[in-house]
Amino acid sequence: MTTLTLGKALNEGMRKAMEDDPKVLIMGEDVGKLGGVFRVTDGLQKDFGEQRVIDTPLAESGIIGTAIGLALRGYRPVCEIQFDGFVFPAADQIITQLAKMPLRSLGKVKLPVVVRIPCGGGIGAVEHHSESPEAYFTHTGGLRVVACSNPVDAYTMIQQAIRCDDPVVFFEPKRRYWEKAEVDTSADAAGWTPFDQAQVVRPGTDLTLLAYGPMVKTSLEAAAAAEEDGRSVEVIDLRSLNPLDIERVEESVRRTGRCVVVHEAPVYNGFGAEVAARVTERCFYNLEAPVLRVGGPSTPYPPSKLEDHYLPDLDRVLDAVDRAFAF
Amino acid sequence: MTAEAPRGAEAPPELVQLLTPEGERVEHPDYDIDLTPEEIRGLYRDLVLVRRVDLEAVALQRQGELGLWASLLGQEAAQIGSGRALAETDMAFPTYREHGVAWCRGVDPVNLLGLFRGVNHGGWDPAEHNFHLYTIVIGSQTLHAVGYAMGIQRDSAEAATIVYFGDGATSQGDVNESFIWASVFNAPVVFFCQNNQWAISEPLEKQSRIPLYRRASGFGFPGVRVDGNDVFACLAVTRKALADARSGQGPVLIEAFTYRMGAHTTSDDPTRYRVASELEAWKLKDPIERVRAYMFKNQIADQDFFDAVDAEADELGRDVRKRCLELPDPGPLAIFDHVYAEPHRLMDEERAQFAAYLEGFEG
Repeated sequence: MTTLTLGKALNEGMRKAMEDDPKVLIMGEDVGKLGGVFRVTDGLQKDFGEQRVIDTPLAESGIIGTAIGLALRGYRPVCEIQFDGFVFPAADQIITQLAKMPLRSLGKVKLPVVVRIPCGGGIGAVEHHSESPEAYFTHTGGLRVVACSNPVDAYTMIQQAIRCDDPVVFFEPKRRYWEKAEVDTSADAAGWTPFDQAQVVRPGTDLTLLAYGPMVKTSLEAAAAAEEDGRSVEVIDLRSLNPLDIERVEESVRRTGRCVVVHEAPVYNGFGAEVAARVTERCFYNLEAPVLRVGGPSTPYPPSKLEDHYLPDLDRVLDAVDRAFAF
Repeated sequence: MTAEAPRGAEAPPELVQLLTPEGERVEHPDYDIDLTPEEIRGLYRDLVLVRRVDLEAVALQRQGELGLWASLLGQEAAQIGSGRALAETDMAFPTYREHGVAWCRGVDPVNLLGLFRGVNHGGWDPAEHNFHLYTIVIGSQTLHAVGYAMGIQRDSAEAATIVYFGDGATSQGDVNESFIWASVFNAPVVFFCQNNQWAISEPLEKQSRIPLYRRASGFGFPGVRVDGNDVFACLAVTRKALADARSGQGPVLIEAFTYRMGAHTTSDDPTRYRVASELEAWKLKDPIERVRAYMFKNQIADQDFFDAVDAEADELGRDVRKRCLELPDPGPLAIFDHVYAEPHRLMDEERAQFAAYLEGFEG
């Protein structure tokens, strides 16, 4: 067991993947000598060289486009997009090329490309540095979209994403980069939870809280607070957004009868809408209340002095829990 | 240049040309080529056969058998010349008009029709032919070619990539990013721009104030303009660019100065945006006629050869037509195939639901 921050766990996971497979490459802006603006790739270029840890020109479309070419040549590139709001210049390559090329080839082409995106707010950043663009990518067939929430998952899920033969958009909750946990880096990968599975991170009987990425921690805190009010809240970390592990969610909601989905992204047309619709379809006769959603307003991400109001916090989640019990 | 002036009626002075429109062989100080009569007959045959495939595809579209076709008429020399310059290990990245390059790489022409008939989005194995899938989003493939070339570098392989795009694509961000990437990583890639003068209805002057090949200098690598209707020159220039790239000298931009004789695709009507005199001027530069004239004058082939090639072309046209009509429609559940390489529960769920729905109509 080693105590690792989430950021360091990602670093260790990538290091392991690079040791295991010489075809794994890291690429992005500032990923080399600087080690990334969050230092997630710290030391990798020093140990693996400039041919495998590639400092790229400052152009996101170019990062993804050339990663596709490298993947066509048999490499497994892991691309870093510096911040969530900067993924849009690369959106064309991700959506029209990365996601669709395997289908275009009737399966003859595989594109094992990972697109790492530090996502979400809460770090007092300027505009375009705090967004949650997951719905754009979960809406795109051909991509897998996952979000880690803790160091253990960060370590395992990044390796699973790199090993996967499909393109993976990998969200990292940037305000959780410094959260620590014990990680067993010697555990056999065969025993890891598959990265397309959701996980019950706190069992409960009265309500199911569904969260992913940065909101898992907030939801766990809310569940602990709710317990003081005598409410047993189950928390599920969805982990995989495409595909969604609806069976695990369904099993939980059938037992609890209440469901709240929590994310940072705007609620309107957000990922929570998909979850709520699916839960309703599958658990209609078990539900004691409508599936409620907690998320951001349908506005651009606000200036950082307002982000505490924008981001769902413990109280906002508990308010939704109260509303679910009020039906 | 005004809209009324015939575009390209006179060859620009900086053009590399080895065979004049009249079929006269000329020398160029930097580019020479020594072709055997057999090789010249081979190039001529390629030119005629791909034109025949193209004509058949246009006819199939007009008869409702293809949803769309992007004709290569007029660009045969640029494609055959560059395509025949490729070594087997080189990788080509096309747009959606590179039927001649596909021919050189051994892709069955019927596979190209599949995309335009709507039975698939591509469907050949890029690794089998070293010819990538057609790319419809303008300029996207230039970055793929550079990335692939970076892979060649990491493999220490003796190979290069060539990427095809049009004059309109040079306005795209991706193309400019690919120039930067290729330059700073010294990637073994040849950028082959077929300047056919028109991006649908937009003329070249809506894309650039300078000749396109000169763009390369701003990115730090050589650019050259070649007569795109001269198959000898296209072969010689591309051969040299690929050799330079393979030997570590970095990227080259080739601008093949040519003309799209037909419409952008079968969906548009060039008479709305260009004058007839322009087309007439370019007809005099026909890539096939000039080789034919050269071969006649130099007794490289006799009438029997030309008749045999024409007969082969007709047979190819019939074959392409027949097999196009025989292309089976995919079954409805094919929608869910090949979206992901590994098992994906949403695909499984939706496939099962759709299958159950379809079964409801049976019995």
